[in-house]
Amino acid sequence: MKAFITVLGRDRRGIIAAVSAKLLEYGVNILDITQTVLQNNFTMIMFVELEDPSVTIEMLSDAMDEVAKDISMVIRVQREDIFDSMNRI
Amino acid sequence: MISAHEVMQTLEMFDHQHLDVRTITLGISLQDCAHPVAKIAAQRIYDKITHTAERLPQVSHDISRQFGVPIINRRISVTPIAQVAAASETEDYVIFAQALQRAADTVGVDFIGGFSALVHKGMTRADEKLIRSIPEALAVTKNVCSSVNVGSTRAGINMDAVRLMGEIIKLTAERTKDDDGLGCAKLVVFANAVEDNPFMAGAFHGVGEGESVVNVGVSGPGVVKHALEKLTTTASFDDVAETIKKTAFQITRMGQLVAREASKRLNVPFGIVDLSLAPTPARGDSVARILEEMGLEVCGTHGTTAALALLNDAVKKGGVMASSHVGGLSGAFIPVSEDEGMIAAVENGTLTLEKLEAMTCVCSVGLDMIAVPGDTSAQTLSAIIADEAAIGVVNNKTTAVRVIPAPGKTVGDSVSFGGLLGTAPVMPVHNESSEVFIHRGGRIPAPLHSLRN
Repeated sequence: MKAFITVLGRDRRGIIAAVSAKLLEYGVNILDITQTVLQNNFTMIMFVELEDPSVTIEMLSDAMDEVAKDISMVIRVQREDIFDSMNRI
Repeated sequence: MISAHEVMQTLEMFDHQHLDVRTITLGISLQDCAHPVAKIAAQRIYDKITHTAERLPQVSHDISRQFGVPIINRRISVTPIAQVAAASETEDYVIFAQALQRAADTVGVDFIGGFSALVHKGMTRADEKLIRSIPEALAVTKNVCSSVNVGSTRAGINMDAVRLMGEIIKLTAERTKDDDGLGCAKLVVFANAVEDNPFMAGAFHGVGEGESVVNVGVSGPGVVKHALEKLTTTASFDDVAETIKKTAFQITRMGQLVAREASKRLNVPFGIVDLSLAPTPARGDSVARILEEMGLEVCGTHGTTAALALLNDAVKKGGVMASSHVGGLSGAFIPVSEDEGMIAAVENGTLTLEKLEAMTCVCSVGLDMIAVPGDTSAQTLSAIIADEAAIGVVNNKTTAVRVIPAPGKTVGDSVSFGGLLGTAPVMPVHNESSEVFIHRGGRIPAPLHSLRN
């Protein structure tokens, strides 16, 4: 299953490290990353694939909620379908 | 591949423009619950609903979490209770409303609709018993919604039912006077009621429907307004219509995805997506503000009907392509108390009952969530219903009246229901009597559908 992970908040050190370490732990492969910092606001969009069949999107969401708390960012995990269906005919 | 811009734009809709799925509504047939003993019928109703809808809240929660889509309400619609209760030997149908409430509590849904009767041509004994039970039923239950269909394009308008409904609305307000007449906010009088509407108070599971069905209603006035804000004030109506169409497409696609997922997970057929633009009292989620964005100083001024006609049509055109099955009411809603911009326009004196009536000619659904003085006579309420039903019947569209004669209140006061139902300023009605007109009874014949002008 493919998903988008969006990370928003104030820029600081170790955001990508914290997120990607957790993704590795859950067997998630990163397919694409876009990242910008505008006026100290950090925005990252990751396109990922859940490769471990025992990991559900809910489990990944819960894990990312913990990371979000640790690094004081807003992190969301959403299935790819919602973006596809709303933006493609 | 979805671009970063598209991802952020989509998130923006959810976070700042109030885009959400208003409701996943599970329609359930109760036709097999009829029984001569009312208590047994009520138990069957409870059992069937709780069994069929058991997983609805969990499924809704899971979909919301996986897709990151807010789902505001979970609702149930059932076969019009008058048809189920007809077999029972009892005069008082409140027992069935209580069974619906108990089922709603057990399952954990926000509303349950279908304490209803379809009397557009005539009234069975069961229909009349149900209608006469409405004031008590809506007073003793919290989440049960009721609707009565009094007219159709094929049958005309049942004026006996119209007369009765004016009285019932008065009694319902009186019976719930400690809550500003809240019962009336859960009661809608229809012409050309649809069988697959997921929105309340008018949802019921039509007789042409299957055993159970998933219908989804979306909500996105904020997204449409935001899209229009990006146009210049000199952009032509061609551009305005095109922008609304594209936005409606996106909104409906979200509804379609949620509906399909819910259908799969509940193992219940997908019915329709209702593409209505349903406002909420929250700032930035208003249909009135969309109309004002098109260039009207205040909603209700000259040009409002044309603006609404364009909006309603463009929403349908965009939405139809986004979903395999569109149904329900599908248009722009203009409930006064549930729309921050409408409330402001009424308080400002620009938006009047007459203008709202004109607006209902070109949009879904009708005079909705309108508070009128508490001393408004039953006959005047009936006459308001008759006018609105005439618009629906003649124009071959659904119209409805959900009006609250606010107990003990008059123009200048307001009633507050909280939550999605919002706050309604009391609007003036004409004091001149319609009594003789309403007391005639009988039927207004079905309109001719040729020689149209």
